[in-house]
Amino acid sequence: MTINKVTTHISPNEQLIFERSQKGRIGYRLPALDVDEAELNIPNEFLRDDDLEGMPEVSEVDVIRHFVRISTWNYSIDLGMYPLGSCTMKYNSRLNEKVARIAGFANLHPLTEEQDAQGALQVIYELQQHLAEITGLRGISLQPAAGAHGEMTGIMIIRAFLDARDGAAASHRRTMLIPDSAHGTNPASAHLSGFSVKTIRSTAEGLTDLDHLRELCAHGEVAGLMLTNPNTLGLFERNIKQICEIVHEAGGLVYMDGANMNALVGVARPGDMGVDVIHLNLHKTFSTPHGGGGPGSGPCCCTKEFEPYLPVPRVVKSSDSTYGLDYDQPKSIGRVKAFLGNYGMMLRALSYTLTHGNDGLREATEAAVLNARYVAAGLIDDYDKPFAGAPMHEVVFTDKRQTRKGVHTLDIAKRLIDYGFHPMTIYFPLIVQGAMLIEPTESVGRQELDQFIGAMKLIAVEAVENPELVLNAPHDTRVGRLDEAAAARKPILRWKER
Amino acid sequence: MEMLEAMGLGSAEELFDSIPEDLRLKRPLNTPAALSEIELLDRFEQMGARNAGARRISFMGGGAYAHYIPTIVDHILSRSEFFTAYTPYQPEISQGTLQVIFEFQTLVCQLTGMEVANASMYDGSTALAEAVLMAERVTKRSKVVASTATHPQYLEVVRTYVQHAGIHLETVEFDEKTGQSWQALAAAIDDQTAALVVQSPNFFGCIEDVAALADAAHSKGALLVVGITEAMSLGLLKSPGACGADIVVAEGQSFGVPLSFGGPYVGLFATREKYARQIPGRLVGETYDKKGRRGFVLTLATREQHIRREKATSNICTNEGLIALAATVYLETMGRRGIQETAHQCAQKAAYAARAIAKLSGYSLPFTAPYFNEFLVRGPGRAVDLLARLGKEKGIDGGIALSRFMSDRPNEFLVCVTETNSREQIDALVDGLRAL
Repeated sequence: MTINKVTTHISPNEQLIFERSQKGRIGYRLPALDVDEAELNIPNEFLRDDDLEGMPEVSEVDVIRHFVRISTWNYSIDLGMYPLGSCTMKYNSRLNEKVARIAGFANLHPLTEEQDAQGALQVIYELQQHLAEITGLRGISLQPAAGAHGEMTGIMIIRAFLDARDGAAASHRRTMLIPDSAHGTNPASAHLSGFSVKTIRSTAEGLTDLDHLRELCAHGEVAGLMLTNPNTLGLFERNIKQICEIVHEAGGLVYMDGANMNALVGVARPGDMGVDVIHLNLHKTFSTPHGGGGPGSGPCCCTKEFEPYLPVPRVVKSSDSTYGLDYDQPKSIGRVKAFLGNYGMMLRALSYTLTHGNDGLREATEAAVLNARYVAAGLIDDYDKPFAGAPMHEVVFTDKRQTRKGVHTLDIAKRLIDYGFHPMTIYFPLIVQGAMLIEPTESVGRQELDQFIGAMKLIAVEAVENPELVLNAPHDTRVGRLDEAAAARKPILRWKER
Repeated sequence: MEMLEAMGLGSAEELFDSIPEDLRLKRPLNTPAALSEIELLDRFEQMGARNAGARRISFMGGGAYAHYIPTIVDHILSRSEFFTAYTPYQPEISQGTLQVIFEFQTLVCQLTGMEVANASMYDGSTALAEAVLMAERVTKRSKVVASTATHPQYLEVVRTYVQHAGIHLETVEFDEKTGQSWQALAAAIDDQTAALVVQSPNFFGCIEDVAALADAAHSKGALLVVGITEAMSLGLLKSPGACGADIVVAEGQSFGVPLSFGGPYVGLFATREKYARQIPGRLVGETYDKKGRRGFVLTLATREQHIRREKATSNICTNEGLIALAATVYLETMGRRGIQETAHQCAQKAAYAARAIAKLSGYSLPFTAPYFNEFLVRGPGRAVDLLARLGKEKGIDGGIALSRFMSDRPNEFLVCVTETNSREQIDALVDGLRAL
């Protein structure tokens, strides 16, 4: 007997909520209006006259079923390994979620006077202290809402510092050096701060090319360098001290993108390497949930010299142990976000550092690097590993051996889905053709790593023996590969009544 | 240890051989030792208890609003499938997130009356800054005019964003009598103006004449950027799109997002179809697979930093996915009628409170313009002191002292009323103010 898959199953066929809407349905109830109704002083021409036509009219159970059904079309960390390189998809503790929902924080208005928000400010202050210790950098602002936002903040700090230091001469110092392996946010953030970008080559080893760096620094216009360390190839820039010296000697400053801090916590500190400013990603290293693409949190951290330029207000502790907001920072670059940042993420991150403890933070780093090393060793016979160096928390492979049969990185990624894994980061960094960047994080055990390695090995075999199988993957998802070119050619960005 | 041995390593320290010896931390981190769940919750409960503001009856608005949140909102966004997923870069296994964003974009368009919306921004303030940058890109002009009736923190953020972007931000004063600024904005426009920026309802709660501003902006080839901090007003007030706005940004916190001391919130960003390729941030679009099944993908990525690098429309990478989900669940649960009723209740209750406060001796409402659910009150003494006493003696946060933002207005404070404030609470506020 064969059982055919029914194609009319309600769950995979869930529509858009607008297509479910039926006139007159409601899913809410408010208390009856308890004040005397009166004519409002709002003139008619200021009032809405479209009766919110088109907005959904559904019941509560409609809404629940709608979202539960479409939720099953998502892959998630809680389902399995999510080895996206440079994204650090680690487990998101439920305890952190509980902390963020404590009424004393969740119901607190952001403009509450300082004396009535002492506990909330204490959380910020303590997290600042922990991050200062972890990074070796004492100036911390938790205001930026995401990694790229922290990056923008950091680069604006560098700009303000140079303008103050060099005066009018600073206008000749507007070149930001960025390695060719860097994330696209780096040049975009530099541009927003008025810098033009020059690209530094990587060596055959996958590290910053010191000779090229010296050559670029010799021009005398260098404002600074933006460096990710470990870099996006998963390699520690072992010449980091020398790199910082070269840039500093040329009058520039060093910004470190902290996207890959999960390889360093408790083991090495950017502040000890000579860098001036960095950002962290609380949603990566400190396990706040990625939430399907945000909210993030991108603290900016800097040395004492740069502290006066951090965004206002600063959260400070006074001698009588009360916490407060300090707006009196005349050199500050200004405010980068309303209120104090993505506060809910700060609660979760503090909960993370406190539940791990100092030894646990280091152990997590060890496990993350160990797991990446294990994957590197497990796949070396089947996939091309373009850089010989021992990887830190992530490792890059390529599709070089598979392309002979027409199988590319994208196909390997899609085939991994059939094996129950989320694909790795693909085609990044841009300098590696057919890159597959794998970051297992500390949140996977040996058994699951072996399953992942096993799946990758099987795909390598399939790529030779049955390439069609790989080229047409995934085979078991709700939709197959989607026509992205068509989506961009004639964009449909919203539902409309047909 | 077994895994270390399998790779021929003798100790965990050897994992870090590629880090030069002198750069390695030779001591344990100086952060606290690990806490158990019981200890941790106890600690945070204690810190939470030190936030007196979270326990009071509150009439605070000023960019963050206490609205009713249906129970199912938190239930749905706590599902693993949503909150432990990443950005939907692999559409075949991210259709849940992608469909949510597509619905979110649609809802934002419906509410704002605009044609396209993005997948969300960090918050209202950064969305406003991005709108200003976009106006410069679209018009290739460098002057932007905003009014001092814009949320002061939003203006600060815009100032930070534009300081190196070759944009000249000019501010005009609001009218002392009406509390509005649209006349001053319209008067400040010239041929070099990229955009007029208006917040409506503005920081004082006053509704601006958005349609008149749209005409003024368009007559000089400039764009009209409308910012909204209280998105619930869209349930009652004419949409900016219907008034002729070119870019509409809003703080979406009013839609199902807890106050949470200022974040995470969600920025709404909408514009006209002709500017779709100038939008910052992520966009989700509809498409089909080979079998003709409808699906959704991230689209128009060539605007974005991972492809365009320094030429991108913005450096923004992430959106506020989970909070956009909260707003989507909220808007769909409340639905067409719930949003209307909530907005109606806010306006009625605010009007009730305003009438009662205006009758108190020593108190007055300094501005004449129509308002939605927030209004300015002038009191008999320093507002900071009055509000502090009200909080301490009656357990009521009566509003926001304007002097925290404008030192030349010591006696005024903003009062905000939502559907969560009962008549009993409003009466208690009025009685409390009378007794001061």
